[in-house]
Amino acid sequence: MLERLRYRLRYISGTDIALWIVAALLLTMIVVGSYNILTEGRYTGRQWLDFVISGLAQGSIYALIALGYTMVYGILFMINFAHGEVFMSGPFTAYFLAEYLKQKGMFQSHPLLALLLVMLLSMLVSTVIAVSLERLAYRPLRGAPRLVPLITAIGASFFLQYTFRGLYTPGFKAYPEVEPLKGTWVFFPNSLHLEIERMLIAVFVSSVLLLILLYAFVQFTKTGRAIRAVAEDQQAAALMGVDVDHTISVTFAVGGAAAGAAGVFYALMFRQVNYFMGFFPGLKAFTAAVLGGIGNLPGAMLGGLFLGVFESVGPSLFLEGLGVPAAYQLKDAIAFTMLVLFLIFRPTGILGERLAKRA
Amino acid sequence: MAYFEVRDLHVYYGAIHALKGISLRVEEGEIVTLIGANGAGKTTTLRAISGLVRPRSGQILFEGEDLLRYKPHEIVTQKRVIHVPEGRRVFARMTVEENLYMGAFTRTDRDKVEEDLERVYQLFPRLKERRRQLAGTLSGGEQQMLAIGRGLMAAPRLLLMDEPSMGLAPILVESIFETIQEINKQGTTILLVEQNAHMALQIAHRGYVLRTGEIVLHDTAENLRANEMVQKTYLGMA
Ligand SMILES: Nc1ncnc2c1ncn2[C@@H]1O[C@H](COP(=O)(O)OP(=O)(O)OP(=O)(O)O)[C@@H](O)[C@H]1O
Ligand SMILES: [Mg+2]
Repeated sequence: MLERLRYRLRYISGTDIALWIVAALLLTMIVVGSYNILTEGRYTGRQWLDFVISGLAQGSIYALIALGYTMVYGILFMINFAHGEVFMSGPFTAYFLAEYLKQKGMFQSHPLLALLLVMLLSMLVSTVIAVSLERLAYRPLRGAPRLVPLITAIGASFFLQYTFRGLYTPGFKAYPEVEPLKGTWVFFPNSLHLEIERMLIAVFVSSVLLLILLYAFVQFTKTGRAIRAVAEDQQAAALMGVDVDHTISVTFAVGGAAAGAAGVFYALMFRQVNYFMGFFPGLKAFTAAVLGGIGNLPGAMLGGLFLGVFESVGPSLFLEGLGVPAAYQLKDAIAFTMLVLFLIFRPTGILGERLAKRA
Repeated sequence: MAYFEVRDLHVYYGAIHALKGISLRVEEGEIVTLIGANGAGKTTTLRAISGLVRPRSGQILFEGEDLLRYKPHEIVTQKRVIHVPEGRRVFARMTVEENLYMGAFTRTDRDKVEEDLERVYQLFPRLKERRRQLAGTLSGGEQQMLAIGRGLMAAPRLLLMDEPSMGLAPILVESIFETIQEINKQGTTILLVEQNAHMALQIAHRGYVLRTGEIVLHDTAENLRANEMVQKTYLGMA
C-alpha cells in the first residue's frame, strides 16, 4: 500500500501539483460560496428552482447546437468553428419570413402554424449552409494536416458573419412575439403552485423531443448506421458499400438542422437576432460538447443541459456568497473556466470514452 | 473472357513503385491465392481492386468491365466485389449483429439477407452466441470470424481476403481455412492473400507468387507446392 503510493508519487510533476492546488482552491471557493449564500438565505427555494428551469431551457439549446459539433468531430475529427454561424444563418434569415407573416396577420391568427413555418425555413437555411460549408470549404481539404481545416473553419466563420451582416444589415432585429407562449403556466395550483414561464417550457420540451428524435435517427436508421460506421472507420465503411462523401454531407445536414431549430428557440427566448448571435452560443455549445466527451452524442446532450444549469445557478450560488458584486455578469467566465478545467483534468468529458480505441 | 482479370497494374505511393505491372486472373468458382513476403504488394493489389488506391495504369476487369471507373462503394453495390481487409477492421462500437448487417448494408433482398445471416451463424456458431456483444470486445479470432462473416453478408460474387489467418492460434488457422474452403464450395469465388503459403496452397486451385511488386511465378497450387523455389522461400523447407 505504502509502496504503491510512493511509486505513484514518483511520477507526479510540479505542474501536476500546481494544477491540483488550483483545483482545490476552486473547489474550496465553490463550497464556501455556496455555504454562505445558502445559510444567508438570500434566495428562496422557488428562486433557485427558477434558476434551474431557465438553465435547463438555455441548456437544451446548447445541447442542440452541441450535437453538430460532436457529430462532425466524430466523423472528421475536426472542430467546425463555423458552426455558430450555421446556427445564426437560419433564424436570421427566417426573421424576414416571421416579419412578413406578422404583417400579414398570421402570427396573430395562427401563431403556432406561423412559428412552425419560421422554424422550418430556419432549419432549411442552416442545413443548406452547413452542407455547402462542408462541400466547398472542408471537403477539398480532407487529408490535409488537422490545422488546415481548423484555420479554414475560423475563416469560414468570419466569412459567414460578414456575409450575413452585409446581406441583412448589422442591426438587431426583434423577433415577433408568439401570443400562446407569453405569460406563465401554473402546475399543481392547489398544492405546490409551481409557476413557470411558458416560453421556457416550450423551448425545453421541443428541444428535448428534437434531441430524442435525432438520437433515434443516428441509432436506429440505416443512414444513422452509415454515419456511425464512417465515424469509426471510413475505409471499412466504404468497403461495406457506404458512400462516405454522402454520409459526411448527411452528418453536416443533421447538425445544421438541429442548429437551425436551436436558433429559433434562441431568437424566441431573447427576442432578437443579428449577425453576431452565433458567436457565444457557439462557444458555449462547443464547451458543452467537450464536457460531454466530444464525439459522443448523449454526452453532448447532457453536457449542454449541465452547462446551461451550471451557468444559470453558478453565479448566484458560488460567487455571490463570496461577495462578488454583479455575479451574474460572470456567467460566461464560469462556463469557460469549466471548459479549461475539463480540458486539463478530464479531456474525455463526463461520460468518457465509452470504449477503448482498438489497438 | 476471364471472370476476373488484372492486367499490367502499376501502383505508386508517391515515389514508391509498389506494383510493377502485375497481371492475374480468377475464374468463377475458383480459390486463387496470392502469396508473398512482407511488403511484396499483396494488400496493395487488393486495395487497388476495391478502389481504395488509384493505380497509375493498368486494367481491373470484372466480367469484362473495368472497375477503375467506379468508386469504392460502387464496386460493392454494383459489382459485389467484396474486400475483407487486413487486420479485420470490424466496427468496435457496434454489436456483432450490427456488424453483420453492415455487411449487407446495400442489399435490398431482405429475405435473402436473413438467410445469409443464418448461414453465417452456421459457419461461425461462436458469432451467434455473441451476437449482442460489442465487436470491440471480441477476441482476435472471433473478430476475424466476424470480418469474414460480414464479407459474406454482402453476397459476394468475388471475395477478396487479406491474410485471414494473421495472428491466430494454429488450431484456429486450420479451422479458418476449412471454413474458407467451405465458403468456396458453397459457390463463392475467392482471391486469397496469404503469408501462410502452406495452408493457402492446400485449399487453393491456383496461385501467384508476388515478390517486390512483381508476379514471379504462377501455376496450379499442386505444382507450386512441388516447386523448389516456393518450398525454399515460402514453405520453409530446406
Ligand atoms: N500508404 C502507403 N504509403 C507509402 N507506402 C506504402 C503505403 N502502403 C504500402 N506501402 C508500401 O508498398 C509496399 C507494399 O505494401 P503492401 O501493404 O501491399 O505489402 P503486403 O504484401 O501486403 O505486406 P504484408 O504481408 O506485410 O501485409 C511496401 O513496401 C509498403 O511499404
Ligand atoms: Mg498486407
